[in-house]
Amino acid sequence: MGKFNVKWEAFADSWREGGDARVIEGLKNTLTIAIIGLVIGIVIGVIIAVVRVMPKYKLLPKILDKICYIYTSFFRGTPMVVQLLVGYYVLFPLMGITVSSLVTCIIIFGLNSGAYLSETMRAGINSVDSGQMEAGRALGLSYGATMIKIVVPQAIKNILPTIGNEFISLIKETSVVSFVGAVDLYNAFRYIGSNNYEFMVPYLIMAMFYIVIVLIISLGIKLMERSLRKSDRRN
Amino acid sequence: MIDVINLTKRYGKLTVLDDISVSIKKGEKVVVIGPSGSGKSTFLRCLNCMEDPSGGQIIFKGENIADMKVDINKHRRHIGMVFQQFNLFNNKTVLQNIMLAPVHLQLKETRKARIKAFFNKDSSIITKKEIIENARQNALRLLERVGLSEKADQYPSSLSGGQKQRIAIARSLAMNPDVILFDEPTSALDPEMVGEVLQLMKEVADDGMTMVVVTHEMGFAREVGSRVLFMDGGKIVEDKPPHEFFTNPENPRLKEFLSKVL
Ligand SMILES: Nc1ncnc2c1ncn2[C@@H]1O[C@H](COP(=O)(O)OP(=O)(O)OP(=O)(O)O)[C@@H](O)[C@H]1O
Ligand SMILES: [Mg+2]
Repeated sequence: MGKFNVKWEAFADSWREGGDARVIEGLKNTLTIAIIGLVIGIVIGVIIAVVRVMPKYKLLPKILDKICYIYTSFFRGTPMVVQLLVGYYVLFPLMGITVSSLVTCIIIFGLNSGAYLSETMRAGINSVDSGQMEAGRALGLSYGATMIKIVVPQAIKNILPTIGNEFISLIKETSVVSFVGAVDLYNAFRYIGSNNYEFMVPYLIMAMFYIVIVLIISLGIKLMERSLRKSDRRN
Repeated sequence: MIDVINLTKRYGKLTVLDDISVSIKKGEKVVVIGPSGSGKSTFLRCLNCMEDPSGGQIIFKGENIADMKVDINKHRRHIGMVFQQFNLFNNKTVLQNIMLAPVHLQLKETRKARIKAFFNKDSSIITKKEIIENARQNALRLLERVGLSEKADQYPSSLSGGQKQRIAIARSLAMNPDVILFDEPTSALDPEMVGEVLQLMKEVADDGMTMVVVTHEMGFAREVGSRVLFMDGGKIVEDKPPHEFFTNPENPRLKEFLSKVL
């Protein structure tokens, strides 16, 4: 155990010498990317899902449907790292805009989870009784208005557990953002370790950080589900 | 009120409505009966184009609403519909269920005027707040009328079937429709709840509402109906005032049907 003491001391030194600030920044970025990414993902997911379940008599919905199909195929068919690299080093420079690595990550994470959530959302929309749409339409509401006010809220409620899981996988996937130079938890602990080439303790603690975050989120989802179920019974 | 001219509905090769022509006048209570699969629901759903007719015309207020070019949403506001399965909005309270469409549509209608008024500081235009408050008052009044005031803030899942259907009727009435279509409004109810819904429908009828009612309740047809239609095989084969309809049915299929249900 003596050896571990040395390693622990090395970590403590590094932590004091600026490592702490780095970890806090990393934690903040990890959460920022995952949370804003999830929100963007939900919005995009809803839009794509609505396009995909829309009746397709006219040309415009058909074209939109194709675009959504290509979009989801791309984001589900390539690794997140590739999407980050292409966005940061290829697309944004080609478009002539400078985007910080953090913002790039947020955008790519949002686009990526939008592609994944769209499928879930589509299943959620299909799980809502068709009578809900009929009632809205019979009252003179448009397809879109009924979708947004009646069907989508019920769909989101139905798929809340899946959205929670998507949030967890976004948190875990943030560990690749250092490919474009963003500071996240992995990046912060690697920095601490590389100060004195002692990686054992930093990476052990990093793993614990991830586990604790994921456990907290899982607990949050459980509580949310329970309160929703309660309101179902009471109301 | 509604003139149906040569209405045809096909699903693929199956002809469900076969060249139906009938006209429904203001204030009439038209009851539609017939065996299962005869096309009653389809007929009713064509009246507000929930199903698009394959052929023929539905003339409502002088306009052919079966024409795909008309703004069907505008017309549906004036044609209420009550479903067998109630179809209350599950994510809304009872009060919100009744207020939602009136508020949404009035906000939409007055949006431009309200934006203009905002910039001109014109206070003669109705505000969003007033629209919501008016709809609320109207909804509360309707809840009182259907005897469910105490349920205003509850969600549909806590209501009995009969209560749900009464709310659904209130929701229709909130639009001030010219006509209400009912598709077997009591068929999904436990027997002890059928009475309360029929009673409410009778009151709505007594207030002069034009109604088209698909039902198996022969008592209701007799008592409330001004005309009873018998559908069979996608056609209306009998169309008479209830007294004649039930006392001397001519059509052999109707005779057979009545002998089974009466
Ligand atoms: N969407 C659809 N696609 C194909 N066939 C349909 C569809 N809707 C109805 N039908 C068919 O049309 C016929 C008439 O149906 P409809 O629901 O109008 O009958 P109904 O008189 O209301 O019967 P019930 O008393 O059982 O409600 C039936 O044979 C039914 O199978
Ligand atoms: Mg039917």
